[in-house]
Amino acid sequence: MPALLEAKGLHAAYGETKVLHGIDFVVEEGGVTALLGANGAGKTTTLRAICGMVRTQGELTLGGESILGMATEDVVRRGVAHVPDGRGTFMELTVEENMRLGAYVRKDREVEADFERLFGYFPRLKERFRQQAGTLSGGEQQMLAITRALLLRPRLLLLDEPSFGLAPLIVKEIFNIMRRIRDEERVSILLVEQNASIALAFAEDAYLLETGRIVVSGKAADISKDESIRRSYLGY
Amino acid sequence: MEGLIHQIISGIATGGIYASVALALVMIYQATHHINFAQGEMATFSTYITLTFINMGMPYWVAFLLAVVVSFIIGLAIERILIRPMTNAPILSAVGVFVGLLLIINSISGWFFDYTIKQFPSPFPDKSLWGGFISGHQLGSTGVTLAVLIAVYLFFRHTSLGLAMRAAALNPVSSRLVGVRVGWMLALGWGLAAAIGSVAGCMVAPVVFLDPNMMSGILLYAFAGALLGGIDSPLGAVLGGFAVGIIENLGGAYIVGTELKLTLALVIIVSVLTVKPSGLMGRTVLSRV
Repeated sequence: MPALLEAKGLHAAYGETKVLHGIDFVVEEGGVTALLGANGAGKTTTLRAICGMVRTQGELTLGGESILGMATEDVVRRGVAHVPDGRGTFMELTVEENMRLGAYVRKDREVEADFERLFGYFPRLKERFRQQAGTLSGGEQQMLAITRALLLRPRLLLLDEPSFGLAPLIVKEIFNIMRRIRDEERVSILLVEQNASIALAFAEDAYLLETGRIVVSGKAADISKDESIRRSYLGY
Repeated sequence: MEGLIHQIISGIATGGIYASVALALVMIYQATHHINFAQGEMATFSTYITLTFINMGMPYWVAFLLAVVVSFIIGLAIERILIRPMTNAPILSAVGVFVGLLLIINSISGWFFDYTIKQFPSPFPDKSLWGGFISGHQLGSTGVTLAVLIAVYLFFRHTSLGLAMRAAALNPVSSRLVGVRVGWMLALGWGLAAAIGSVAGCMVAPVVFLDPNMMSGILLYAFAGALLGGIDSPLGAVLGGFAVGIIENLGGAYIVGTELKLTLALVIIVSVLTVKPSGLMGRTVLSRV
């Protein structure tokens, strides 16, 4: 199968500070790819580079079309949904309004039906539908962020540390639901995680970033079996 | 007692004007975190545009609506050309631009339409209603401003574009990530604020007469209203605008006299800033240290 997203020699920088030094990676159509690494390795920056939120150089294609240097809004309109670090909740708006914004660029009339379908994954959002999103717990906000992203009906879902700041039980719950989403929705996923064990169990392919360079790449199952990689890079 | 009721009713009528301008100020404040000092002059200019259309022979309401559309476009253009390049500028540069805009629009008004005080027609019948408590223009202009406020409310609450504009002001980064064109939303906000100002200008001009400085006092009252209600709360600003209108009329009639009315606005501004800077309905921003 052809790659949905392909990066070749991708550089990214914040002003003068270079963060990515020419990385290559692919996200296969329908697959889950994990991007691992320590704090400051450039994982979040990679996702931002895909969405045109940082200055980039190199090659970056989505379904064969170059999206390098494209405005964020236009990348999103091509079917890339981004669950950002910090979850990007519209705190002052209600859960319903957050969800409506997720479907903002859609022109079809199936948004309400999608609401119901996604409540199947996250029933708690239905209970909190009219509440102000800022009153949700961290886990609920993460669920809202994933729902908001899925309402775009994306081809590619970018997930930035869905486990961040959440209790282990909630993380487990969210990843269980993510498995269902992976199997039932037609969406490819690029997952950024610091929690390597949970990410490798979820993904098919994985890349390991260290200070802006990819140091290991391969099948997630192989990487999680390789003790030397685990010891030297993943720390578990 | 009759005098009191009369003062309250005319307070509501002028309060509607302050409420509209306060709403325009809050809309731009929410998006840019700056007070648009030129909001009043923009409204005055729009009123001149309406008068020009009327003098060209157009019926009042056609001229009125056309001026609203032209004002919308001017507001949009100001954002695109002057305000957008200031997005990441230091606060003093932005203030400089707003003050400059005030002076420029004021001078353009004077240059195009001269500085003489002009009469401006009211579309409403010139007679007292309800036993003399309210004039036709007061009732009509209150109706128009209320209609505008309700329309703006419905637009922001119940349309997808209105939601996107609120989102763009509240959280631009997340808004881009759902595909909202944030830059255009801000420009639309400016257009809408200018359009609201246009209505306010046309409604107040028959009372205070039209000259290039017509709105300067009104902007001060509107600012007091916006602060009183909370500079980041549209509903608060509207209620604050009405409250200031009533306070101004009652204070002018019974306490300080008409000459010192404008001082009341300043008193409100200073009191709010010292006692409750977030206003009655505004959010208090807390930050952890």
